[in-house]
Amino acid sequence: MHIKEEQVERHVLAVLVDNEAGILARIAGMFTARGYNIESLTVADISADHAISRITIATNGPPHVIEQIIAQLDRLVPVHSVRDLTEAGPHVQRELALVKVAGKGDNRIEAMRLADVYRARVVDATTESFVFEITGAPDKIQTFVGLMREVGLVEVGRTGVVAIGRGPDAA
Amino acid sequence: MAEKSGAEILVQTLLDLGVDTVFGYPGGAVLPIYDALYDHPKIKHILVRHEQAATHAAEGYARSTGKPGVVLVTSGPGATNAVTGITDALMDSIPMVVITGQVATNLIGSDAFQEADTVGITRHCTKHNYLVKTPSDLAGVLTEAFHIATQGRPGPVVVDIPKNVQVAEAEFSSHNNLKNTRYQPQIDGDFKAINEAAEMIMNANAPVLYTGGGIINSGPKASTILCELAALMGAPVTSTLMGLGAFPASSKQWLGMLGMHGTYEANMAMNRADLVVCLGARFDDRITGRIDAFSPNSQKIHVDIDRSSVNKTIRVDLPIIGDVGRVMEQLLAVLKGRKFTTPDYEEWWARIKGWRATNCLAYPESKTEIMPQEAIRKLWEATHEQSPIITTEVGQHQMWAAQHFDFEKPNKWLTSGGLGTMGYGLPAAIGAQLGDPDALVIDIAGEASIQMNIQELGTASQYRLPVKIFILNNEYMGMVRQWQELTYESRYSNSYSDSLPDFIKLAESYGWTGILIEDPADLEAGIKKMIETDGPVLVDCRVAKLANCFPMIPSGAAHTEMLLAPEDVKGTMDDNAKALV
Repeated sequence: MHIKEEQVERHVLAVLVDNEAGILARIAGMFTARGYNIESLTVADISADHAISRITIATNGPPHVIEQIIAQLDRLVPVHSVRDLTEAGPHVQRELALVKVAGKGDNRIEAMRLADVYRARVVDATTESFVFEITGAPDKIQTFVGLMREVGLVEVGRTGVVAIGRGPDAA
Repeated sequence: MAEKSGAEILVQTLLDLGVDTVFGYPGGAVLPIYDALYDHPKIKHILVRHEQAATHAAEGYARSTGKPGVVLVTSGPGATNAVTGITDALMDSIPMVVITGQVATNLIGSDAFQEADTVGITRHCTKHNYLVKTPSDLAGVLTEAFHIATQGRPGPVVVDIPKNVQVAEAEFSSHNNLKNTRYQPQIDGDFKAINEAAEMIMNANAPVLYTGGGIINSGPKASTILCELAALMGAPVTSTLMGLGAFPASSKQWLGMLGMHGTYEANMAMNRADLVVCLGARFDDRITGRIDAFSPNSQKIHVDIDRSSVNKTIRVDLPIIGDVGRVMEQLLAVLKGRKFTTPDYEEWWARIKGWRATNCLAYPESKTEIMPQEAIRKLWEATHEQSPIITTEVGQHQMWAAQHFDFEKPNKWLTSGGLGTMGYGLPAAIGAQLGDPDALVIDIAGEASIQMNIQELGTASQYRLPVKIFILNNEYMGMVRQWQELTYESRYSNSYSDSLPDFIKLAESYGWTGILIEDPADLEAGIKKMIETDGPVLVDCRVAKLANCFPMIPSGAAHTEMLLAPEDVKGTMDDNAKALV
């Protein structure tokens, strides 16, 4: 007997939650408990009174699983709303990465040149290293980090994706 | 406003919320609460013998009365022992509030004595849980906990209270409880969807009502409305294990339970129906059998209060989110408004009559051994007029009880359906008896299951509860043995109940009456004696050892592939089927 795998699709969900102790464990744990995938998860409080946090989850799964993920999130008591941005239509996805590159000579010049092309900013420099800050959609960051590998990448930190729908309306 | 200790606030809030019974077990981290209880005899505290039993007793109390069950246990082992019952309540949607003691806030995380991460451990086996860090939050949290436990799809809520929070003081008045706003489940069904459902019902030629525990949870009124709706629709009715009693088994429209050990007529009706109306049930794997062969030609309406139940395993054509009792009421009004008259479904009922003719619940008779099915039937005959509350453990005896004991009313059948917890029945019976002191409460048990919470004989003795235990003793973990016979060529690995106690002496040592029934000729007299004996009675009924529970849909099979009798058993199964639960 072999275990069957299903075709998966990637979805980005915006989840508004009460900013209370344990909420992140509740959400992340629900994903593990029910066998769902988390590609990335970001969280920060977004209201003036610090009462509400927005969690952006990039996940993947077959369509019926995505539907379950949304329903399961929605029934958690501290969850106010769940929006499937991928389903909702045009939206902007952004991620920030800090990329440290070390090297001398041609590699250093090439790194600087590529950073310029990718609109990455230098946030730290020594005579043998740079730290670049780059924002963009995840695939742009992916590509940039890939290029940096060839010119002396030593470390990378990524925030995970945040996303918001296009147009005047709130999700 | 006066200042009160956390423990005092807790007890006062429980009183304000109408709590009169608490199932619990004291320990270091709840001593302040127990001390506060000492001054409040209005709250009846039932001292169990093991925390798991406190949770099951609370479930039994909740399931039979409709009120939330309340549990009070200490930190660490007290809380971890309660986890099985909490999970059981989550799976079966039982309203329950579990108050756990915790080490003082300054000790949390230090591996203190009897410390466990209760909130972490119970996060995914509760509907919601709390760690209360200040006594001023206690009243609000408890009020919300009861609201969450009882509203929407009911479930267990854990409130973890550190010991210093029980001792520290805060301002409190009975009237400052928070109004809950953040948890407001949808009660009324969407009007457009209800109209669509009515349309589908009016166009059906072979409809079936598939009902579940949601109807019981909705309250007794939902059962009345179900009867009205079924009468108007003229359709056959089947139910899950959890829904038994919502529809009277004496009705001509009753098909019996469906699913793995359901009746042939119920499963065939599901398979051949052109419209399935699912009311407060969740297409559990015990119900559906092989998913791709489940009711293949029907349109499906699913009424559920929990959106996550919709399309979880079976795709449905029309989901209606709302309280099932309320939605049925709305549906009934729309059908009446449209002048719907009861069709006779002549052809459909003729087919059902054909399926009924297989007489699938028949069992071989014996003059030398007591057949377990016969024992259940006789128990029903002797008691049904008293409308008893029946609890069960888990296994063959549970399925035989579901098949052969007929229920006419809701809240009379208490069983562990979703989690399948052996050891549920005795504490549940204790809880039910406390909820209704005059009722005849019988735990139908197996000799293996009963030993999982046998220590609760003492609880029943202490509170003078006249609970009856009826053990179908076949000296096997019967359902395990049956599966081994069906799937593993009768290799009975560890399923024999060796070194059994003398149940009669055991019962007597706890102050119970023990009755042994060995001979089929003594069955009726033994049952009669059990009912007529005051106080708690344990019956050790020795039954045929190798009887199997039929009909049965083997794992991985379709509704149409039922095993009806021993001669259908092949004794082997392929790996795909073996891998299923």
